[in-house]
Amino acid sequence: MDALEVRNLHVAYDRKAVLEQVDMTIPKESLTAIVGPNGAGKSTLIKAVLGMLKRSSGEISILGKPYNPKNRIVGYVPQRGSVDWDFPTNALDVILMGRYGHIGWFKRPSKQDIAMAKEALQKLGMEEYADRQIRQLSGGQQQRVFLARALVQDAEVYFMDEPFVGVDAKTEKAIIDLLRELKQKGKTVIVVHHDLQTVPEYFDHTLLLNRTVIANGPTEEVFTKELLQKTYGGTLAFFTAPGEQRSG
Amino acid sequence: MTYEGWILLTACLVGISCGMVGCFLIVRRMTMLADAISHSILLGIVLAFLIANSLNGIYMLIGATVIGFVTTFAIQSLHNAGVQEDASIGIVFTTFFAIGVILISLFARDVHLDVEHALMGEIAFIPWNTQNILGFEIPKATAMLLCITIFALLIILLFYKELKLTSFDAALALTLGLPVTLIHYLLMGLVSITAVGSFDAVGAILVVSMLVVPGSCAYLLTDRLSMMLLYSCLFGISSAIIGYYGALLFDVSIAGSMSTASGILFLLTWIFSPRYSLLRRFLITAS
Amino acid sequence: MIQEMWSSLLHQPNTQWVVLSTMLLGIASGVLGSFALLKKQSLIGDAVAHAALPGICIAYLFIGEKQLLILLIGATATGLLATYLIQLITATTRIKKDAAICMVLSVFFGMGIVLLTRITRQADGNKSGLDNFIFGQAAAMTRNDVYTMAGVAGGLILIAFLLFKEWKLLIFDPDFAKNSGLPVGMLETLFSTLLVVTVVIGIQAVGVILMAALLIIPAISARYWTDRLSLMVIIAGGIGACSGIAGALISTISTGLATGPLIVVTAAGCFVVSFTFGIKRGLIQKLTAHRIRTERLKGEGI
Repeated sequence: MDALEVRNLHVAYDRKAVLEQVDMTIPKESLTAIVGPNGAGKSTLIKAVLGMLKRSSGEISILGKPYNPKNRIVGYVPQRGSVDWDFPTNALDVILMGRYGHIGWFKRPSKQDIAMAKEALQKLGMEEYADRQIRQLSGGQQQRVFLARALVQDAEVYFMDEPFVGVDAKTEKAIIDLLRELKQKGKTVIVVHHDLQTVPEYFDHTLLLNRTVIANGPTEEVFTKELLQKTYGGTLAFFTAPGEQRSG
Repeated sequence: MTYEGWILLTACLVGISCGMVGCFLIVRRMTMLADAISHSILLGIVLAFLIANSLNGIYMLIGATVIGFVTTFAIQSLHNAGVQEDASIGIVFTTFFAIGVILISLFARDVHLDVEHALMGEIAFIPWNTQNILGFEIPKATAMLLCITIFALLIILLFYKELKLTSFDAALALTLGLPVTLIHYLLMGLVSITAVGSFDAVGAILVVSMLVVPGSCAYLLTDRLSMMLLYSCLFGISSAIIGYYGALLFDVSIAGSMSTASGILFLLTWIFSPRYSLLRRFLITAS
Repeated sequence: MIQEMWSSLLHQPNTQWVVLSTMLLGIASGVLGSFALLKKQSLIGDAVAHAALPGICIAYLFIGEKQLLILLIGATATGLLATYLIQLITATTRIKKDAAICMVLSVFFGMGIVLLTRITRQADGNKSGLDNFIFGQAAAMTRNDVYTMAGVAGGLILIAFLLFKEWKLLIFDPDFAKNSGLPVGMLETLFSTLLVVTVVIGIQAVGVILMAALLIIPAISARYWTDRLSLMVIIAGGIGACSGIAGALISTISTGLATGPLIVVTAAGCFVVSFTFGIKRGLIQKLTAHRIRTERLKGEGI
């Protein structure tokens, strides 16, 4: 059984096709990077899988079952720019929101939920910021709050949209430690990633995407110069393939 | 209760119901939609009057709620069809409002409903039109507004968590399996009934200031949504009371004066708020 | 009724003038509205229109009589103040633009209502005719009003014509415009000011509440017929002109109906037609395009 299976996925904005004929599977307990140039449809893929965008066609199953949000097996970390940071709420409160699916209608968060949220804050080294309004946090701290929130969702499969963008080194390390811990616990993490240099180090599975699947498999097999060239076309000038000297 | 007492009570209920609902509009950046709905309900009220041939509150409530949903839906459909959002709002509500005004002038001239009423409400007449409820003589409009306020409060208390989450991060709400669209329409329904409840008191346009201004003041004072709701109601009540006495003092429209009072309160908050004020910004840059 | 309109248009010079001025107004707001739409400033126009009401009332309280030019200057002043306040609120607080627009719009309108009730409750204030500004009453315009309005509208159209390519660049790519050495700040200010002036000259015919519609609806309708700004501006001007003419005629003939709502409903009719039949992205065009594409896909065996 795979963590994610996508069959015959097509997505179009207005009249323009964004994703065409996406077929792929992502194995359980993997750390998967979705990699591709700008406009390749990486975020679109995640959003279409999770039903936030209309699909022209396609079947999605997660852990062998058609995707249904009510099963609560999916955690999602949006791009940092997608929420209103002026919202009247603090860090702890945002993390608690991850529990809302478990709490259910008409009920308030229990002591246990709050304890879980505090624990997640602590795990990401953020306990002293619990009462901060979220705008008053740095970019990396904001990202860590989002991750802590995904953590308390207690999901099986996590989708993260560019979690490493604009974060400091400390946060980057905290994130990658967390991803590895999740994997160890038997979870699957699927990450839209833009920094090619770190792909082999962080991820064991890679999906190369440019409007359709170019390649999909274990990172060491997929992350080759030829396939990357095929994904990025002529735009790969700044990148040197694994093994070569980093430059520029 | 005295004549003045009823007016003050009605005005305060407008402040409370609009203040509560308005907070969610502000944090969801949907105040323009509320502006559109409050203009459109004029058409709903006129149509309800023309169909039922009565100005009974229930018909008005139904007409306005229906037109509120139609407005929200029409704006959403135009937006989905590729019209940019501000333009789709601008098209829908001006058209509905225009049709409403034409219908009033053509068919409803000689009744209680007139254009001036739509503009500034007739809060001064509310205490004369009473109804016996449980042995009390209560003005009809006040009774309706009381029910609406309690209803809005209940909805907000019951669905507080869901309203908050869908406002902050609709994407997460979707992955948690919350009915995001349904909650959106629920809120728009609340806006419609609040607007129609306030219609008699402040009219279709000035209700916008009661929806948006108290919430904005509160937004500058606190970082917690629950406190923002509370402050917003307090600002709503203050605007109502100050507005009423201001209107008496200068012999002007009560609704207009309430709106002006809310504006003055905002100006003061804007300058002096301890957290997010002009003064604080100025002091920080100066030091 | 059509006959009546026609004869009135042919034989009554006053009607001719009113129709001419609403036509010019329609053109000016179609043209300026197109730019405002693309700059995503349409709803600021709405705020400006509502904010004009207190300006008119204050000017009236000062001079004590209804002299259009002075009233319009008052309206321009408060209209500009409104745009400035919206910018200031969004720049200095965390309040978003939509809420800032709504606040300014409704509070200024509230102040306008306060002043208006003050004026009408004064001795002989009832005859001020200021409430015509709320929904517009083209028939109530005097010959002088008409001259003022037509003159200003003509001027606006001329300026828009002269500055067409600069504004186009400014809207499409402000950074590039700055690099090309255009006085971006000056052009921006000029545009905002002219937008305010357009709204202000429109309020006597269309009224403060609905004036925004005349900025938005013709412009967005034009969008369904062309992808080129120059054509869009011309078509929007044409739709604005038609709405103005139709609204003014119906309103002058069947007495008592306010002009504004009639103009808006006519414009909305034009929008529905454009939305359905427009050759660029119109509904029918979209449906046929979709059918052709599906057939092509079927043909390819997908």
